[in-house]
Amino acid sequence: MKTRRVMALLTAAVMSAAMLAGCGSSSDTASGTASTTAAADAASTTADTAASTADAADTTADAAATTADTTADAAASVNTDLTGTVSTNGSTSMEDVIQSLIEAFNEEYPNVTVNYNPTGSGSGITAATEGSCDIGLASRDLKDDENADGSLTQTTIALDGIAIIVNNANPVTDLTIDQIASIYTDGTNNWKDVGGDDGDIAVIGREAGSGTRDGFETITGTKDACVLDQELTSTGNVISAVQNNPQAIGYASLAAVAENTDAVKAVSVEGVAPSEDTIADGTYKIQRDFNLITNNTKPLSDAAQAFFDFCTDPANADIISNAGAVPVNK
Amino acid sequence: MSTLSAAKTKKANSPVELFMHGLLTVFGLTSIAFVIFITAFLVVSGIPAIGKIGFTNFLFGTVWKSTAADPKFGILPFILTSIYGMAGALLIAIPVGLLCAIYLSKMAGHVLAEVIRSAVELLAGIPSVVYGLVGMIIIVPWVAKSFGLASGATLLAAIIVLSIMVLPSIISMSETALNAVPKEYEEASLALGATWTETVFKVSVPAAKSGIAAAIVQGVGRAIGEAMAVMMVSGNVANMPGLLKSVRFLTTAVASEMSYASGLQRQALYSIALVLFIFIMVIMFVLNSAIKKKKD
Repeated sequence: MKTRRVMALLTAAVMSAAMLAGCGSSSDTASGTASTTAAADAASTTADTAASTADAADTTADAAATTADTTADAAASVNTDLTGTVSTNGSTSMEDVIQSLIEAFNEEYPNVTVNYNPTGSGSGITAATEGSCDIGLASRDLKDDENADGSLTQTTIALDGIAIIVNNANPVTDLTIDQIASIYTDGTNNWKDVGGDDGDIAVIGREAGSGTRDGFETITGTKDACVLDQELTSTGNVISAVQNNPQAIGYASLAAVAENTDAVKAVSVEGVAPSEDTIADGTYKIQRDFNLITNNTKPLSDAAQAFFDFCTDPANADIISNAGAVPVNK
Repeated sequence: MSTLSAAKTKKANSPVELFMHGLLTVFGLTSIAFVIFITAFLVVSGIPAIGKIGFTNFLFGTVWKSTAADPKFGILPFILTSIYGMAGALLIAIPVGLLCAIYLSKMAGHVLAEVIRSAVELLAGIPSVVYGLVGMIIIVPWVAKSFGLASGATLLAAIIVLSIMVLPSIISMSETALNAVPKEYEEASLALGATWTETVFKVSVPAAKSGIAAAIVQGVGRAIGEAMAVMMVSGNVANMPGLLKSVRFLTTAVASEMSYASGLQRQALYSIALVLFIFIMVIMFVLNSAIKKKKD
């Protein structure tokens, strides 16, 4: 029995040593870490949520630090009188932005509870129409038929860029929207047709229902027409798949790509490289609006109005940009 | 249970005794309750979508486009992928696992056998996401390179990962079965002039048949129910299966779209779960009854 336990320990030690050695030799530490992070992403939604909570916590910490730096002026603005519950409902893509705003909002209004229900833009708009939530969240603009009676108001709080990413070894640096659409609809199959080396293109996309997929397909006009080689379920997965395949192309939220510049390369689209500036001035084409949807026929409660004002306040633009989007009101 | 409860003691009717009996009965029945609850849940939530889509369109439709303007909910690609993936994994894992078990049980020295056994135990304890990660970083690029593909995330990569995952259960259960073969059988065979190889393959393995079959049944269960690892290496595109094509399994079809699904798409995912559930029950039932028949 004793020998057996010793043996098990020994084997475990040898194996972990081998694993570590494998890591070190196959790739540099940075990419190793990146892929581990990606795996953690994929591990479970809980991990994702934990990560975004951590992000949000960071933002809050930043905000707190700024507050402390500036003066007691901000500290004085803590409002304990306002109470109530605000329900927000909609876009999953807006999760990071909204969670960060909620965290910061709760610093100022500790007695207001803000709920966020990630159901998707369409459901968020429906909920705002029906009045089952205070503020609907949509990562796209309202369609005409959704607002036929003009009862909804859309307020853009931020812009989100979708980066087109390729492997670092890929010589391609620029693609047009037509080329991207052609690659994703199986019209172009070889990198040499778009200025790269000879080799098949591995087309990587997101799963049905993903906000990023919806945004990408709407902007490039490839809705329901994409022919993919891999359909992955998280931004982290897409980035690590592209990182590990020299022939791959993928798309991901710009904020996530900006954190992984060592791992993958974002190409410019029609000559414009994706950045906060090019997204803000509209020259980078693959971008979409993050909107708050409110119902005109049902006035916002005091708590909901306070949250709405907080989201649109230029003073809080930092919170939005820390969460990875480009704020509209600065 | 029977001996204890039958033995009526003086205090058998005391409130504490009655209470404990009741309590244990309740807990004894919980597993049945869970099975009934899960079955009922799956049937109730899975039937409506099948009704709306149509039984044949759902089971035998070859196109899955759940969020298209004109949505299509055909799950034949997922069903076939799950069958092919399971069969392929077992095709690799059964010979490797069985031969490894024979080596462990009949040939390896004491120390070496202990080392191998603890390695197998470790293999069984590795979380599936780690298998998926290793597959994604090593096997997927290897498949792409070996077959000159743009993307190595294919059915083949999934089969390789799955076969490694089902190995531990096949090895350890087969070894237990082989160890349980009475020594007299083998001694008799050797005494009659059979060689060692003949003894192992014509006496030991047939005598351990039912245990080995049970090991394979468990392997089937794991191979068909695995979601996380195959999701990371199979590419997840709803193609009709091909060895070097990106494919989606029944399990991953549910897992990959569930987080954002709504309406009929969501209901259809419940229906896929129901199909998967029935699928596993049928396979287990058929295999188990086949084993029992052989025993009789």
